[in-house]
Amino acid sequence: MEKKTKIHAEDDRHDLIITREFDLPVELLFKAYVEPEIVAQWMGTKVVKLENKKHGGWEFETSDANGNVVFKANGAIHDFVPNEKIVRTFEMDNINFAPQLEFLEFEKITDETSKLTMQIIYKSVEHRMTQLKLPFAQGLNMAHNKLEEIVTNLK
Amino acid sequence: MIALYLQSNNCAMEIRRDVFQAIADPTRRAILSLVAVQAMTPGTIAENFNSSRQTISKHIQILSECELLHQTQSGREIYYHLNPEKMKEIDQFIEPFRKMWDERFNKLEAIMKNYKK
Repeated sequence: MEKKTKIHAEDDRHDLIITREFDLPVELLFKAYVEPEIVAQWMGTKVVKLENKKHGGWEFETSDANGNVVFKANGAIHDFVPNEKIVRTFEMDNINFAPQLEFLEFEKITDETSKLTMQIIYKSVEHRMTQLKLPFAQGLNMAHNKLEEIVTNLK
Repeated sequence: MIALYLQSNNCAMEIRRDVFQAIADPTRRAILSLVAVQAMTPGTIAENFNSSRQTISKHIQILSECELLHQTQSGREIYYHLNPEKMKEIDQFIEPFRKMWDERFNKLEAIMKNYKK
């Protein structure tokens, strides 16, 4: 079976492209990126700020079960065209890691299906490498636990 | 024959996914680090854990199905070894990154389907 989410990362480049096709109309796919309470659900984070407009800003904050903040990220929104594209930066707080630039393109395939293409540009080849390794190095187990938690709550 | 085929097919079909799922479990990672040092029988592996022998053998089974463990027979005993070839596959760290996004997007899709009229 073909994988739904694909990562295209060429050697020695400092960008990568994530693509994914959804069984959703493009309007609903886009909505998942702009409604704070929906973003919070699928990203598993608290949405502190989300200004969906050119020159807007965003801020996410994730806490563990005990309420300790474990992850904070923020960025600026550079371009915002409903159901078409979002251009934004992404930066993690308190971590010495350069911000990245993200181009999100939303495409209609049929009335009921859509495609997301996300290009992420890093400061350097090394930055991209570090980012790629993160889920493997530390996140794998955490993400797994988190997922189990969410799935259990859904029951 | 059929059982064997099904069993091997089980992991072969979803091999890429399963290798990472296999190592996502802390007990299975602990088993891998034990046999990395020396080949062990299921009994010796189980002695290192508080879990039941059955639980441990289930974990060993999953690791074997995903070819992370090899087995050799010595007399009546079966020894499990680490399969270094398969561990290399894990080094292809892009897969966990892809999987992380895939899970995120699956969630997004599931949530948004509720908004469909």
